[in-house]
Amino acid sequence: MDIDFILKVLPFYGAATWVTLTLAFYGVLFSLIVGTICAVINFYKIPVLRRIVYAYVEMGRNTPLMIQLFFLYFALPRLGIMIDGKHCAIIGLTFLGGAYMSEAIRSGLSAVGRIQVETGMSLGFGKLKLLRYIIMPQAVAVALPVIAATTIFLMKETSVVSIVAMQDLVYLAKDLLKEGHSAESNFLLVVSYLIIILPVSLVFSYLERRSRFAGFGS
Amino acid sequence: MEQSKIEIKLLKDEKSEDDGIDSESRKKGSDPKSGDQPDGQGEEKFILRIKNLVKSYGERLVLNGISLDLRPADVLVLVGPSGCGKSTLLRCLNGLEPINSGDIELDGELITTGDIKWTEIRQKIGMVFQSYELFPHLTVIENILLGPRKVQGRKKEDVLPEANSWLERVGLLDRADAYPRQLSGGQKQRVAIVRALTMQPKIMLFDEVTASLDPEMVREVLDVILELATQGLTMLIVTHEMAFARAVADQVIFLDKGVIVEASPPEKFFNNPDSDRARKFLNVFEFNEIHKVQSL
Repeated sequence: MDIDFILKVLPFYGAATWVTLTLAFYGVLFSLIVGTICAVINFYKIPVLRRIVYAYVEMGRNTPLMIQLFFLYFALPRLGIMIDGKHCAIIGLTFLGGAYMSEAIRSGLSAVGRIQVETGMSLGFGKLKLLRYIIMPQAVAVALPVIAATTIFLMKETSVVSIVAMQDLVYLAKDLLKEGHSAESNFLLVVSYLIIILPVSLVFSYLERRSRFAGFGS
Repeated sequence: MEQSKIEIKLLKDEKSEDDGIDSESRKKGSDPKSGDQPDGQGEEKFILRIKNLVKSYGERLVLNGISLDLRPADVLVLVGPSGCGKSTLLRCLNGLEPINSGDIELDGELITTGDIKWTEIRQKIGMVFQSYELFPHLTVIENILLGPRKVQGRKKEDVLPEANSWLERVGLLDRADAYPRQLSGGQKQRVAIVRALTMQPKIMLFDEVTASLDPEMVREVLDVILELATQGLTMLIVTHEMAFARAVADQVIFLDKGVIVEASPPEKFFNNPDSDRARKFLNVFEFNEIHKVQSL
């Protein structure tokens, strides 16, 4: 391996890692928000909205992110809606991730028994407080492994955003490949993703272990 | 000393207009209420009045015209064969089941018509379920404090002494920081009772609270309820424990096929019930001596 080359391009990898990380962060954050809202709509069986959520989840989960990004970046401008690459990437990741997170949280919610809900109601909890203090803490504990898997899946999915001109890790590696040095470029690419995703993975396993020992979900 | 403080609190809860009922007559035993007549001591006060309650699941009529009155400190015990509508009745009272028709009046307030604010009404009704469900992600004390703090907006330091004194009385003060999964069924059910009590309800509903417990844990839970009865708490109890019903009830209500077949004081109900159906029902709990054939 050409150490000199690696040292030379390292700063570029740093910058690209930051791009990937930023996109992943917003993508996961908004996915969690969208997913939670969708799951709650499902949980309380809110009419009409529930159907929309169903349609959205099926659409989000059954189309590839690349196609969703194509649509946002190339089709929407034809309809007069211009969105820049960064926002396309975040919206695309949220569209995809929201659908998966919705399913993850739904599985957690459905694990909370009907009697827990009734117990909370009989203590005078309204729907939102019930959710916040009684149902969600239990649901999230149950759904944590799936949320973790979805988070990591989304972080890896960021690797397609170069098609909307985002200068992320893949974009950089593709660029460098043109100049040769394929071993070094690919090596740095793998290492960069590991540096981003491995800590997240570890944090989640720690959380999973903790929630199990805290007594819920057992 | 803690004990008397709670008692005063309970008495204070009843609005002061009912001077007709002094603290003396609240003590069970000193003045059995069975057969008590209103005898013109000002206006009579009811904690709960049910008039002609009807409830059906589709075609099937579950409750067919139930009427009941509970005065302060009354303990009514509902008994009857399974499927007779006892549990459904309790669930209708705090809105877990919608009713078809009839009136329910709680603490002088009609709760069956108009803009029904269940979250407020339910704070006045303490309900304990058969399946002793604590919130598994919270410790015992957190389970108890959650409702008063988040629903009633009371301060932790205000509720904590009350919660602790209840816990002490049910013998679980040392388990305050335990998680539910570390408790036995009987302990969980006692915590569930304390959790409901700490909301300072006007009335407690007990829905077969010992039915899923191991036999040796039934007693510890029933003892708690018996003690509450002596404190003058208004209670409506569904149970299959006949000896307990006999001990705790001011009145036994026998329900069958959605109607009240008989309402009698416990002595009368268990010794000499009026209806055949009640007699038949009670027979189920008695066994005749059997004579085994001595072997070969």
